[in-house]
Amino acid sequence: MAASQTLAEQLRAQGVSRRGFLKFCAATASLMALPPSLIPRIAEALEAARRPSVIWLSFQECTGCTESLTRSHAPTLEGLIFEAISLDYHHTLQAASGEAAEAARLQAMRDNAGAYLVVVDGSIPGPEANPGYSTVAGHSNHAILMETVEHAAAVIAVGTCAAFGGLPRAAPNPTGARAVMELVHDKPIVNISGCPPIPMAITGVLAHYLTFGRLPELDAYRRPLAFFGESIHDRCYRRPFYDRGLFAESFDDEGARQGWCLYRLGCKGPTTYNACATQRWNGGTSWPIEAGHPCLGCSEPAFWDAGGFYRAVSVPPRVNAAALLGAGAAGAALGAGTALAARHLTRDEQQHREPVTVEELEKKL
Amino acid sequence: MSELSLERGLAALRAEIDAPVAAFFSSCVRCGLCAQSCPFYLETGDPRYTPILKLEPLRRVWEAEFTLWGRIKRWLGLGQEVSDAMLAEWEPLLYDSCTMCGRCSMVCPVGNDLAYMIRKTREGMVQSGHAPEGLVAASVRAIQTGSPMGLQWKTLAVQIQHVERSTGLTVPVDRAGAEYLVMLSSMEIINFPEYLEAITRIFDHAGVRWTLSTQCFEATNAGIQIGSKDIAAELVERVVAAASALGVSRVISPECGHAFTAIRWEGPNLIGRPYPFRVFHIIEVLDELRRDGRLHTEGKEADRLSMHDPCNLARKSGVIGEQRALMGLVAENFVDLDEHGRFQWCCGAGGGVSSNERAEPLKLAAFKRKKAQIEAVEPERMVTMCATCRTQLEEGLEEFNMDIPVVGLTEMIAEHLVERPAVEPEAGTESGQPA
Amino acid sequence: MNGAMEFLLWTKGPMFQIALGIFAVGMLARLFEILLLGRATNHAEARAGEWLPGLRTVFTRTIPDPGTFRRAPFDVLVGWVWHLGFIIVLLLSVPHVELIAGVFGVSWPALPNPVIDLLTAITLAGLVAALLHRLLHPVKRRISIPQDYLVWALTFAVVLTGYLAYHRLVEPYPLALGMHILSAELLLICLPFTKLTHIFTTVFARWYNGAAFGRKGVRS
Repeated sequence: MAASQTLAEQLRAQGVSRRGFLKFCAATASLMALPPSLIPRIAEALEAARRPSVIWLSFQECTGCTESLTRSHAPTLEGLIFEAISLDYHHTLQAASGEAAEAARLQAMRDNAGAYLVVVDGSIPGPEANPGYSTVAGHSNHAILMETVEHAAAVIAVGTCAAFGGLPRAAPNPTGARAVMELVHDKPIVNISGCPPIPMAITGVLAHYLTFGRLPELDAYRRPLAFFGESIHDRCYRRPFYDRGLFAESFDDEGARQGWCLYRLGCKGPTTYNACATQRWNGGTSWPIEAGHPCLGCSEPAFWDAGGFYRAVSVPPRVNAAALLGAGAAGAALGAGTALAARHLTRDEQQHREPVTVEELEKKL
Repeated sequence: MSELSLERGLAALRAEIDAPVAAFFSSCVRCGLCAQSCPFYLETGDPRYTPILKLEPLRRVWEAEFTLWGRIKRWLGLGQEVSDAMLAEWEPLLYDSCTMCGRCSMVCPVGNDLAYMIRKTREGMVQSGHAPEGLVAASVRAIQTGSPMGLQWKTLAVQIQHVERSTGLTVPVDRAGAEYLVMLSSMEIINFPEYLEAITRIFDHAGVRWTLSTQCFEATNAGIQIGSKDIAAELVERVVAAASALGVSRVISPECGHAFTAIRWEGPNLIGRPYPFRVFHIIEVLDELRRDGRLHTEGKEADRLSMHDPCNLARKSGVIGEQRALMGLVAENFVDLDEHGRFQWCCGAGGGVSSNERAEPLKLAAFKRKKAQIEAVEPERMVTMCATCRTQLEEGLEEFNMDIPVVGLTEMIAEHLVERPAVEPEAGTESGQPA
Repeated sequence: MNGAMEFLLWTKGPMFQIALGIFAVGMLARLFEILLLGRATNHAEARAGEWLPGLRTVFTRTIPDPGTFRRAPFDVLVGWVWHLGFIIVLLLSVPHVELIAGVFGVSWPALPNPVIDLLTAITLAGLVAALLHRLLHPVKRRISIPQDYLVWALTFAVVLTGYLAYHRLVEPYPLALGMHILSAELLLICLPFTKLTHIFTTVFARWYNGAAFGRKGVRS
């Protein structure tokens, strides 16, 4: 695909009508929570946009993020937007292999220095970890990442592993896994978390970048507010049951069949910020809670270590019963010591106690 | 020569701290409800008289020495010391504005027995030389003369003569083998001699074998009021010695509240051993006679009567139903005060307040609570069974120009005895004979 | 990473352990230092036993005598309202029932959220009333020490943050929930070293009171 083609030319070549294109622009605007007045601007910008070079780095990951992006039903917005970028390097999707593949990456970096986007999925064994834990073509993930981001315009961390470390970083984190934002400090970074992330969140961010030439508004975890601005709980269609105090207490009880709130089954919806409740999955078919399963909180940091998936948000991950017993025993010993010391003192004093005598009292008269 | 000192006071406070005290201080949330049960606070409105505040010296000693946290605080220099000046400041709070009536102990939501702790705190006050002059003088007189008022047996002997003359009965004295040893209070002997006459009549009527003791006739215990177990124990030992000498099986406490709690509840613990006899209040004895059918009365008082429960007898000793049963025997128009029995209000004079001249104004202020209770019921006469309460009621009612006489329950019973009861043979030989 | 979620996980994880540990040390120390002091042998002839009257008072002292209620209805009502509200919300709200089930493995039915919400609001109002009373009533003002205001603030913070979290009035929610858990942990840490010990020692205080009076034949 020629990088010089604009998106408009690209779409027309694929037979997408002007009407269909505007529909896409409107959908993008609403997706990104932009006012409708911006739709013409999006259309104008997209029509003129050159396909940016994208280098997709896969590290300690499961390819679920790529699956999420590519397995969506055609024709989709995300499919359209994929056509709008020049994906110059992607382990799973590229035709080239071996040295040719690496050469393509280096070529793209040279040709588009300062302008290309780096998409990362998977976590990276940090600089202090054994570099052999994860390598590509004999180079450590860390080395490849640092080399690749050096002249990048921005970095997009796709999936919870890249955004927060995800499963590889779960305790005890044997590979010393790190999130992208822990390693890259001098580039704009967007985290599109989720295990996997919602495809529209990825395409939405790309559309925004193509339209405005900059990254969208982010939350404290550098996630696009358009997708991560509201919690699952706040937008959950089962929320009225929570508010009324109607809960499923097991997976096959009456409450579960009635579609009541899954809080007590461990739903992490209250603490999880993502767009599942509004975007849903598989082309809007359903999403975990609608399928009767509590939210795992996959788009949040440390979600693997945040306590049991099937325990309510309020339950602490674990209580060290032995330490607690030890503390109690220590307390009992300290208390006993205090009491016995006081008793000892008073007993000593009582042995030398001077009784009150009439003579002493008379002196007070 | 030894001297009372702060060090001795603090040691005495430490010696008084036990598990209940620690549990009480650990539980106080400073809600201040105890003030709502204290006549001294309610009638003066002075928050200094909040019962729990009166215990601050004891609380500080407990926290500093008996808690881990207090020890840490003291180590960090954050502890609160108990100084001589503090104890001097607290003296009027612990003595002048507290009768140890125990009403706060009944009301505290977390269950603190404040009166128990006041009694304990007074031990430290005496040992540190911070007891009021009036109580010190009473204690010295009690030890030196056998009576807090300095009363001698010869005064009692004169009263006995009067009683024998007016009743025609013999008052048994030093009669070995009697069942009951009757103890008296100096105040009764001086202010209410009709009490001795009444029990002489009643016991003769019921055929009770009783006696007085020349060795010890005084049951009041200034040591309990001032808060000195040394003084108190010596006074209790005198009663025990007298009772043992005569071999009685029962000792009767007079119509005096603190004398009863002193000898009934504190006495065995003061001397560190159980008694070889049992102790009863005269009201308990009279009610037992009534239950056994040994009291034959005729006629009833027709006027509207109400009753003041002495704190020491009712709330602190559980004698509540007995006096009412006896009232039923002799009164037909009896009405209880609104809050009575275990929730009665103190007259304001107990716990040593009446021996403490400095506390006079407070004593009168606290009485206003009782006065209000009496006004609500509008009795024609008040009945009670404690010489201190009775004196306080008489003085207080007079102060407020209320024409309500106060009578002792024992006398009232005596007045209604059937003249010639069927005397049982045994009783005739043992009790006083008609002259 | 030092965001709201890490804060929440810190309050649920290490801080929870620390708070529980300090509480266990402090509270057991307090209970032992009380109970090991013991009581002197009582030689006086008892009128009745100690155990039953003591247990009786443990329960009956919850309800004031009619006279006290007449004289201090505000104290009694406000005290009752906020204590009851606090205890019910603590023990019967869904997240707390789950917490107890998760930590101790015992579970009981919970109250519906709207009921808990109402009770929380009432508890907050009761606590404000209690504070005002403490500031305005001459007795309470005279006997109060700084600790009383600290304990009030801790208690109020626990209830308030719970209310804010439930209504999601603080964003992001992990921050709100973390604040609630942290304030509860601070309360737990301070408990053994402040008047909050009454939560555990009142049972003993009431028992000793009931036993002492009961022994003398008086219902206290």
